[in-house]
Amino acid sequence: MPWEFVDHLPIYAQLVEQLKRRIVTGDYPPGSKLPSVRELAADAAVNPNTVQRAFAELERSGLIYTQRSTGKFVTDDAPAILDARRQLASAQIEAFLSAMRSMGYLPGEAVSMLERAVEEQKKEEKQHADSGM
Amino acid sequence: MPILECKALFKRYGSVQALKNVGLAIEPGHIVGLLGPNGSGKTTLIKLANGLLQPTSGEILIAGEKPSVATKKIVSYLPERIALPEHLTVKQLLGFFGDFYADFNREAAGHMLSQLQIAPDQPLKQLSKGTKEKVQLILVMSRAAKLYLLDEPIGGVDPATRDYILHTIISNYNPEASVIISTHLIADVESVLDEVVFLNRGEITLHESVDNIRQTHGKSVDALFREVFKCWEN
Repeated sequence: MPWEFVDHLPIYAQLVEQLKRRIVTGDYPPGSKLPSVRELAADAAVNPNTVQRAFAELERSGLIYTQRSTGKFVTDDAPAILDARRQLASAQIEAFLSAMRSMGYLPGEAVSMLERAVEEQKKEEKQHADSGM
Repeated sequence: MPILECKALFKRYGSVQALKNVGLAIEPGHIVGLLGPNGSGKTTLIKLANGLLQPTSGEILIAGEKPSVATKKIVSYLPERIALPEHLTVKQLLGFFGDFYADFNREAAGHMLSQLQIAPDQPLKQLSKGTKEKVQLILVMSRAAKLYLLDEPIGGVDPATRDYILHTIISNYNPEASVIISTHLIADVESVLDEVVFLNRGEITLHESVDNIRQTHGKSVDALFREVFKCWEN
């Protein structure tokens, strides 16, 4: 997964968000070692102090911890990771609802459109599976 | 103590006021973008910091001292143009830098050159412009300096080389040192910078962290720059 940054938000906040995502999706599995500040800065092409700041924020939120002299690790605390997952999901839902609202859809309409889309997707997947057999 | 400090700094060339009342303090451990349109005084400021020019009035200090032979030991400077003897081979240049600068890490430089597959036995003059620029940057970044002054390091190179150069700056950067990058290609360097200094007609108009700019203006430094330095009115 490449690191991508949009223009209108602080890079630090985007880095926190993307690191959380990698932890939540298991890209960085629980208990695994994180890249060093320098490695991550070089990989994502961002300022090392920005990486440092993002790590500090994740450490405050309990998603990562520092082991003296060996580096930084993802937490083993499964509930903490699930919590972060819920937070990322909420943010997605908020963004969806606000985009729908800005186009004039009421929340109820947005939800029923979402349900229809889910049904469509299920149907397509089934067709796909059937034709594959 | 700031690694670079300017106090009421003025520089005039004849009737042209190149720098006007510049006050600036750069702390150690920061990567700073010195941004401004052509002719805004970026190169003048960098040359003053190197002792290549003398202030008309005011002061410029490197780690508290006036630019001198002593400060050159802790300042690594990438000039705007290639400023190396072109008849020397890359290998000879490594020796040249090693003789000149006690903080030069020949091994690190050799490693980067081989990563880029630059043949050590070729004279500089036989290399392409982009390769020459890479060689010069590698030499400059292979010093363990306290302050790196990079004047337009990404000016004339292709996007892939630009990425390599930025990568080199980040991965060789020492957290105690500061890097000042002058450029007008802001979008390319923005994510690498801690803070930016806007220079307009010799005056500092903004000195702020990149993330604060994005936070308060809701736009990139590049977008803000285009707005501030817009060349025409609609």
